[in-house]
Amino acid sequence: MTEGFYVVLSNNKIAKDVYELIVEGDVTGISAPGQFVNIKLDGFYLRRPISICDYSAPDERGVGKITLIYKVVGHGTESLSAYLPGKRLDMLCGLGNGYDMSKSGDKPLLIGGGVGVPPLYALCKKLKEQGKKPTVIIGFNTKDEVFYENEFSGISRVIVTTADGSYGLKGFVTDAMKDVDYTYFYTCGPMPMFRAIEKTALTSGQYSFEERMGCGFGACMGCSCKTKYKNKRICKDGPVLEREEIIW
Amino acid sequence: MVNLKVDLCGITLDNPVIPASGTFGYGYEFAEYYDINILGSLSFKGTTLEPRFGNPTPRIAECPSGMLNAVGLQNPGVEEVISTELKKLSECFFKPVMANVSGFSVSDYAGTCERISGCKEVGWIEVNISCPNVHNGGMSFGTVPSSAAEVTRAVRRVTDKPIIMKLSPNVTDIAEIARACESEGADGISLINTLLGMRIDLKKGKPVLANKTGGYSGPSVLPVAIAMVYKVYEAVKIPVVGMGGISSAEDVLEFMYAGASAVEVGAANLIDPFACKKIIEDLPRVMEKYGINDLNNIIGGAH
Repeated sequence: MTEGFYVVLSNNKIAKDVYELIVEGDVTGISAPGQFVNIKLDGFYLRRPISICDYSAPDERGVGKITLIYKVVGHGTESLSAYLPGKRLDMLCGLGNGYDMSKSGDKPLLIGGGVGVPPLYALCKKLKEQGKKPTVIIGFNTKDEVFYENEFSGISRVIVTTADGSYGLKGFVTDAMKDVDYTYFYTCGPMPMFRAIEKTALTSGQYSFEERMGCGFGACMGCSCKTKYKNKRICKDGPVLEREEIIW
Repeated sequence: MVNLKVDLCGITLDNPVIPASGTFGYGYEFAEYYDINILGSLSFKGTTLEPRFGNPTPRIAECPSGMLNAVGLQNPGVEEVISTELKKLSECFFKPVMANVSGFSVSDYAGTCERISGCKEVGWIEVNISCPNVHNGGMSFGTVPSSAAEVTRAVRRVTDKPIIMKLSPNVTDIAEIARACESEGADGISLINTLLGMRIDLKKGKPVLANKTGGYSGPSVLPVAIAMVYKVYEAVKIPVVGMGGISSAEDVLEFMYAGASAVEVGAANLIDPFACKKIIEDLPRVMEKYGINDLNNIIGGAH
């Protein structure tokens, strides 16, 4: 983990209520895709945790670019959406465990739902770099909400689903899963999607969870959950948990 | 050179800054970020006789200049704390530590205190009779003088180490509670625990926290805390440990002028893991700015 200031390079709307924020700063705290940052926003006390979508390798000063994608859901993210290029952001960077790529097998399946899609992007790139053949399924409610299809299609096979059929395959990510041959899965998204995946998935896999957090680095016990083996903190021991340990 | 050393119940602190219980885990995780031996001491996560998972989530809510928490004393229980957590802490922290204990009955408190008192790492026992987030215990012991006295008496019987009673601000007269603790042999008083609070989620029309209510802390509670430290300092002769919304070296000085011999930093640790380090490093500069060469000279100075 690193703590410090990051400079906003761009902050643009890319889908309904969804923004892509690119910042520059110390990336040496990032150790795996699926980690997150915790941003201090003007006028708010608690930091806002946002998953890391993509990050560049550090230059000789340890500096690189970080892409963050967030949905405006409350006052905090609404204020973030107004931040302009040049703004300095106080951030804790490289929090949480991230995805464990060593278990992916040759044909990992990446399943994202809505604003759970972003952390799969860096994961997809890293898996590709390791010579794996990932397939990506990204699901949304409707056409206006779809983002990052082009980015994913540049590096892997990608299937888009919408619940109302206004774009891509009509239905849920689990409908698309049935036709894919995969060795392992990685997912991030809402709980109803997780429950459906849990019923559908044929292999082991990893789920990335979301929870209201106090600190984001394991101190306050604000985001604890029970697993089959022990109590875990979503922020520090997660956000990624293995399928075998999760209590549904 | 300015002097930061203060005395707390017969033990010298290199500086008065102590991370507050529940905001610093069992300490060793912060050792990944900096050398925690620069701290005066640390008060570790509230420990109970039996393991506790705590409350369901959400346990945390945003507030104006602060936060609500309703963690509910999650901890692995005193035996596990001693065998695992304190052991890990002793590998990276070499000063006396403040053991924070809580309970659901008088015998709970006594049992946990007796067990933890035997640990050589423990310098003080901070007895939490003020947690607003548990039912049938916690705060209920700290809101009635006779109950506060009863807990103090019970823990006094089982330990010779300094006992610091941690009080709740959710009372009519905190001075009366402090006096009740002092009369039963408490060595110090720490205050304030969090203020009882609630937020409503307007999308659901229901409380944000699963526990409905939580404890309010952060910079917004600072003036409430200073007033209570001021009041308790006048009510008792034993040392007072002040806390509530401290996030700067200036805040530390305010508390000490009000009567605190040492201070605890809570919510600020959750916003910035380096908060205590920054406060300690900034203290000499701020002391010089206000012409203070020894912190001992300002304790209670506002009276």
